[in-house]
Amino acid sequence: MAKDQPGRNLPPLSLHVPEPKFRPGDAVDYADFDRGQAGAVTRPSIDASPSDMRDHAYSLIRVLDDAGHAVGPWDPKLDPDRLRGILRHMALTRAFDDRMYRVQRQGKTSFYMKCTGEEATSVAAAYALASDDMCFPSYRQQGLLIARNWSLQDMMCQIYSNAGDRLKGRQLPIMYSVKEASFFSISGNLTTQFPQAVGFAMASASKGDTRIAACWCGEGSTAEGDFHSACTFAAVYRAPVILNIINNQWAISSFSGIAGAEATTFAARGIGYGIASLRVDGNDALAVYAATEWAAERARGNHGPTMIEFFTYRAEGHSTSDDPSKYRSAEERGAWPLGDPIVRLKDHLIKLGEWDEERHAAMDKELAEFVREEGRKAEAQGTLHDGLSQPFTTMFEDIFEEMPWHLKEQSEAMQAERKAAGV
Amino acid sequence: MSEDRAVADAEGEIRTMNMIQAINSALDVCMGRDDAIVILGEDVGYFGGVFKATEHLQKKYGKSRIFDTPITECGIIGVAVGMSAYGLRPVPEIQFADYIYPGLDQLVSEAARIRYRSAGEFTAPITVRTPFGGGIFGGQTHSQSPEALFTHVSGVKTVIPSNPYDAKGLLIAAIEDNDPVIFFEPKRIYNGPFDGHYDKPVTPWAKHPQSAVPEGYYRIPLGKASVVREGEAVTLLCYGTMVHVALGVAEASGVDIEVIDLRTLVPLDIETIKASVEKTGRCIVLHEATRTSGFGAELAATVQERCFYHLEAPVERVTGWDTPYPHSLEWAYFPGPVRLNEALKRVMEG
Repeated sequence: MAKDQPGRNLPPLSLHVPEPKFRPGDAVDYADFDRGQAGAVTRPSIDASPSDMRDHAYSLIRVLDDAGHAVGPWDPKLDPDRLRGILRHMALTRAFDDRMYRVQRQGKTSFYMKCTGEEATSVAAAYALASDDMCFPSYRQQGLLIARNWSLQDMMCQIYSNAGDRLKGRQLPIMYSVKEASFFSISGNLTTQFPQAVGFAMASASKGDTRIAACWCGEGSTAEGDFHSACTFAAVYRAPVILNIINNQWAISSFSGIAGAEATTFAARGIGYGIASLRVDGNDALAVYAATEWAAERARGNHGPTMIEFFTYRAEGHSTSDDPSKYRSAEERGAWPLGDPIVRLKDHLIKLGEWDEERHAAMDKELAEFVREEGRKAEAQGTLHDGLSQPFTTMFEDIFEEMPWHLKEQSEAMQAERKAAGV
Repeated sequence: MSEDRAVADAEGEIRTMNMIQAINSALDVCMGRDDAIVILGEDVGYFGGVFKATEHLQKKYGKSRIFDTPITECGIIGVAVGMSAYGLRPVPEIQFADYIYPGLDQLVSEAARIRYRSAGEFTAPITVRTPFGGGIFGGQTHSQSPEALFTHVSGVKTVIPSNPYDAKGLLIAAIEDNDPVIFFEPKRIYNGPFDGHYDKPVTPWAKHPQSAVPEGYYRIPLGKASVVREGEAVTLLCYGTMVHVALGVAEASGVDIEVIDLRTLVPLDIETIKASVEKTGRCIVLHEATRTSGFGAELAATVQERCFYHLEAPVERVTGWDTPYPHSLEWAYFPGPVRLNEALKRVMEG
């Protein structure tokens, strides 16, 4: 339009569309990435005003240095048994993922999603929460259930939609629901769990309870409106909630820049809402633990919500439905400047003299065998394509508490149909 | 089909295409003809979309015209409304129809109402493409058929193709239409027609005559149904994947079924429906979506209003059940040949 007005002589506008640094085939170099110094970021008091800790949304809280030492004010000073527990649950999560990925490839189920490289963000967080704190996960927080010692067999039965599936074969694999472990039913729709977690926390506060809530989403889905609605409510009512953003750099094929990472950090989303915000090395289990513990104490002290960005890397594809080599450089995973969370905690324990490579190898072997054994028990109850494991009529149940006439009629029609089909 | 070919005025060589290739070709042709056309959506750029419908287009047309968006359906559709206010013709992709709900306000209250509320000052010539429907073990959040939510909205056109040839011609017509169109792509038949016999091997599109698609420009008018099988005994109204289920049953049942592929739900081709039901005196409506307040209810009511004195039997509705789409029981949900045959018996006895 400017061109139509003589004399305006303005430069043409141009549209900026972010582009990742590396695409398939590119050599990867993270030299520009400023990961800061382990131990360098201060630890505010748990009642700090959000306006006094804005820097924490832009720095990176790290505890484990490159030599495997725990350093600085965020060191949670956990005893070795607890450290070994976190390590074990992270390794178990990885072993579980490896097996479930394989069984999907063998055609025993329709779908799977691994959390490889992101284990600390769920497992260490679960360790820092009380066992009855309510978790509103996204689809990549299997580590929460595993760290809460939930039955792998139960999770596998859900993945197989088999006779042992408590969710009656209704949900896509990995869309768990485990009320007993304070783990909310997972939705396939993104970030819907954020306002829900805030609502749970508000309810707990309004009843004078002591439980807090925590939710997780990816950096990509911070763009959804639900995320921003959740932030507003959390800030207004000082809800006792922890809003976790797992920045694993990739949302299927879209890099974090498409979600806004070129201009700011995801933790900084919280600043505008007046929410205390931390940015944390998500591949450092001790930093994850310490940040979650800080946020939990803050919530329990009625000091309000915390937003935490866990900076990590999605080492595998989004799911079994995509091939990451089609959109990003295969070198990224190996070159990731924050390493691997399991290796880093293992090295730390070895440094402390509390662990060694032999014990680690033996643990991995034992866990793989444990997962295999749980898998055998689960598969004994059927896999997805073994024939239907649930009675047909279950599909009409739980739509309402009481089944209305039209669903009863449809259920009967369904049964007649099966008879006509000879099945 | 022959009628389509006659009106098509197609350009270019004929090539065998599946649904994805035909949709990709439609987008390519439109972008090449009109630089006001832009594509936006999650993963549509470099990656070419999770179903590959936009593959190679970013390389060809550049990032200013086809680009990845943040994950916000509200943002995607809202931005499209703003782009169309400037004069562009956006073709947003919503990755799965199941994810469209956060964008409903922008589509229902804004895109669909802009022409009316501004008395034509502003329009929203947007075509929202979105894969829908089940039969791929997608569970409840990758399987829904929400078309009736959109047909219920004043100001949105709803289009659903059932084969590659139609997909391309209808998509071009939708993109060139000056009103907002929601274009549902039945993802179960992206790679081949599906007659509902899920235990049999998939037939590729290459063996189907409607996979012969001109490489260049042609359009299939919106609001025109297609009589895909002529018959005298009963009219079967359907669209999308269900067209192939209907044809399968028509061949196997021995009943002389007339199968009408509606192709556009709004505006509906009432003349074709009326002529057929007046001829056959019987009618079945078939869709994959849930039953209550589904588009079948609209069809049954319309047929009853327009053809009551020609009807020999009550109009039958064959649909998905009023349940979420269950993962492991999806074939028990899906309105396949058995359910259709049962209805066929009732309507023929009536």
